[in-house]
Formats: sequence, C-alpha cells, structure tokens
Amino acid sequence: MKNLRLASVLPPVLVGITGLAMWEGAVTVFKIKEFLLPKPSSIWSQLIDEWGVLRHATWETGKIAVSGLLIGILLGVLLALITNRFKVLNDGLTPFAIAINATPIVALAPIFNVWFGLTGTFSNQAVVIAVVFFPVFINTAKGLNEVHPNEIELMHSYASGDWTILREVRIPNALPFFANSLRLAAPLSVIAAIVAEYFGGPQDRIGNVITSSAGFAKYDVAWAAIAMASGLGLLLFGSALVTERLSMPWRISGDIKDN
Amino acid sequence: MRENSEILEEAVSIRAADKVFNPDSDNEVQALLGIDLDVKEGDFISLIGPSGCGKSTLLRLIADLLTPTEGEVKVFGKTANQARLDQDYGMVFQHSGLFDWRDISANIELPLELKGWSKADRQARSGEMLELVRLEEFKDHYPRQLSGGMQQRVSIARALSFEPRLLLMDEPFGALDEMTREHMQVELLRIWRETGTTVVFVTHSIPEAAFLSSKVVVLSPRPGRIHSEITVDLGDRTDETREDPEFFKATTEVREALRAVEAG
Repeated sequence: MKNLRLASVLPPVLVGITGLAMWEGAVTVFKIKEFLLPKPSSIWSQLIDEWGVLRHATWETGKIAVSGLLIGILLGVLLALITNRFKVLNDGLTPFAIAINATPIVALAPIFNVWFGLTGTFSNQAVVIAVVFFPVFINTAKGLNEVHPNEIELMHSYASGDWTILREVRIPNALPFFANSLRLAAPLSVIAAIVAEYFGGPQDRIGNVITSSAGFAKYDVAWAAIAMASGLGLLLFGSALVTERLSMPWRISGDIKDN
Repeated sequence: MRENSEILEEAVSIRAADKVFNPDSDNEVQALLGIDLDVKEGDFISLIGPSGCGKSTLLRLIADLLTPTEGEVKVFGKTANQARLDQDYGMVFQHSGLFDWRDISANIELPLELKGWSKADRQARSGEMLELVRLEEFKDHYPRQLSGGMQQRVSIARALSFEPRLLLMDEPFGALDEMTREHMQVELLRIWRETGTTVVFVTHSIPEAAFLSSKVVVLSPRPGRIHSEITVDLGDRTDETREDPEFFKATTEVREALRAVEAG
C-alpha cells in the first residue's frame, strides 16, 4: 500500500521539482527580464518577506471565496430540490440555467459593484455565489432527475411516496453529480473572488496585491500572490475531493466480479 | 412451503382488461385488449410474445404500476391497488435496480426498513435471504463489485425479503450471458420450490419460458391479446432437463404458438 502511494505521488513531485529547476535555469541562462518572468527563488523570497501582507490578503480572499462557495452550494442544492418537486419549474428553468452557466459570469463583477456597492465585500461575494450556483444547481438537478425508471417503479411497488423516493433514491443518486459540480466550483470560487477584487471591494485582498504590485513593477510580489491564490484554489479543490471520498464510500470500493 | 389449503386460491385474476396509452391523442396506442388471465397460487406463469406485445404492460397492471383503461385486475381477491399498498408482491426488473450506495445487506433490507422493521429483525432476515440466494460472503460488498448474475440474485433476495406471496419478474435474466442465465433459471426454480411463492415471469426467450413455467401465456402484438396458454409439466428440473425430449416438445409447442402469432 505504502509503496503504491509513493509510486503515485513521486512522478508529479519529480515533474514539479524539475519544472521549477528548469524555470530557474532558463531565466538565468537566457537572462529573461525579472518583470517578464521572475525566478522561482525570487518569488520564494518575496513570499517570505511579504508574508504578513500575503497571509492577510489570502485569508480575506479565502473568506470571500469559501463563504460564497458555501452560499452558492446551498442555494444551488435548494433550487435543485425545489425544481425536482415541480416538473414545470424544472423544464422552464434548466435551459436558462445552462445558458447562463455558459456565459462568463465573472464579467458581471463591475455590474455587481453598481448593484451591491463598490466598497463592501458583498459585491465580490455575489460574484462567487453566482459562479458557484449555476454548476451546482444544474448538476444536482440532473442527478435528482436521472434515476432509472425501474428504481422509481421499485419504490412504488413498496408503496413509497415522493418524499421517501427523494430520500432513498434521488438524493443519493444525485451525490456523485453534486460532487462533480463541487470539484468544478471549488477552484472557480477562488478565481471569481480574485477577478471580482480587480474591480472593487476592500483593497487588502489577493486581487489587489496582484494589481498594485504589478502597477509598482514589483512583479515578484505579484507572482508570490498568484502562488498564494493557487495554493488556496488547490486547498479548496482538495477539500472537495476529501468530501467526495468520505460521503461516498461505495465509489472507491474495488472490483471483485465473479459468478 | 405454505399450507395446502391456500394453494387453490387465485393469486391473480384479470377480467376483460384493456390498456390504452395516450388515449384520444395522435400517438394513442392500444397496448392490451380483452385480457382474461387467472394465476393460481403456487403457479409459475410466463408471459411471452414478440416485442411490443404488451407483456411488460400486463405485468405492470398486476403490479398496479399502471392502471387498466377498462376491466378489472384482482390480486389475492383484492384490487391491484390494495395489493400494492399491502405489499403482496415483490418485483424484479431486468435492470437489477440495486442501489449503489447501499451494501448488499442494506439493499436486501430496504423494503424491511421502509416497513419499519427493527435493525435486529432486518439483519436476521437479510441473513436468511443471503443464504437462500447463496451470497452470504458478499453481504458487506457494494453492488458494483458484483457480477450481473450475482446482482440479480440480490435483487431476487430483496423482492422476497418481506415474504410476499407473489413474485413479479420483468425479463430478469435478459441482460445475462447464456451460461449465467441457465444457472439462474435453476436457482430460481429452487427458490420457487423452497418458498412456494407464485411467480409471474415476463420473457422473450422460448427455452426460458418452457423450462421455468407450469403455464406459458403467449401474447400477440398490437393490440396485445392472449393468443394461447400452454401447460408445461417437466417435473423437477435440472440442467439435464434441457436435453430431455419433453423439454424439446415444450419449446416446440411454444415456438409454434409464437410463429402463429407472428403470422397474424
């Protein structure tokens, strides 16, 4: 088991280290200007020097991303449950939800500033909520709906009503669909929060650190902030994966097929 | 085995049943017409016919998953609706319908859970059922880990877990390979003998119908009507029965009836 884990972890770690080394080497050898692409080592030293600012910015952006993610999930799941109860609503709403989901919702950030205020955090949070809401709603609604007809007939043969069918069949059936949307939405929430910060809200967030550092030609600081943002996105993606594994033990059990 | 006195009762009795889908519209379909059918308790009846003959529809009328447009369906002397509410029958589909998120025991225990049985009673019963379908060692596995044949055995165990007097099966072995299918047929007959459950079995396989049934009901298509009822008596059946001249005779009789149906 342990060897197996090592075998799956080793290749990406090696590629990562090699990549960083080549980056460092290429910038030195080809004398690439620092403002075009700083060396990983100088990004690292900025990460340490500016740790106070970066930590605070990441924490604040993280709060917006996570709270927006949670609210977006809650709203998406709630609406999916409601539309599942009322077929007309589902048939009417789904095409619009899919269409809206295909548009770049982050582009709405400046509009949200007008609607919800330029200086508060809610405009930014609203962008995150909107970005998370649509994939969660669409996928969860699909999972609640796409139940094999035999499974519904089976439940009717047990004289079960709609609520029992929802609890015993539709909701568990929707879990993998929901998990997929979560894997999509978790990193999206960080992207949405940062893009929203480019346009407004309080000025001590990752988005602002990136824009202001770039404005003052402190590109290595900007890159350090981007590294923090990547870390945050990975952390949320990882949490989505862990949630998925823990909530659906049946999906990771191995095969033993045999007659 | 059940009491002898019960065996003479009608398990299913259908009188002049019609089923029309989408009535009064452009895609109106007369699925069944003038169906009269009696199933005695303890019988093993097969419904066979070309695709589109309404055999699955007929099964769903008995199950009260569909209601007849005209006519009457009685199950153990009650309306089909009452029989469904009383859970007088268990149902097995071609798609095993096992829930991925429940392990094998929990799948078998689902109907018992819905009936509000205590955990101890449920576990005791699912243990007996796993023994009946010979899958004791797989109780903690998930459905995806089992082969198609094993999944169907679990599905049968689930259908029988609450000891219904009637088992309704809709092409349960249709998705299995031939060897597994024949093995499952022998298993089903053993379970049928051990439990004394009445079985109504939908199939499109001639040898399957002939091998399993005490009576084969042949349906004609569009609209579905009962063309003929063929009584089969092969006694105690084993895999050797498939090479028996009596079995050959029965399959021939069913095949000829189906040809007559196809010829219209």
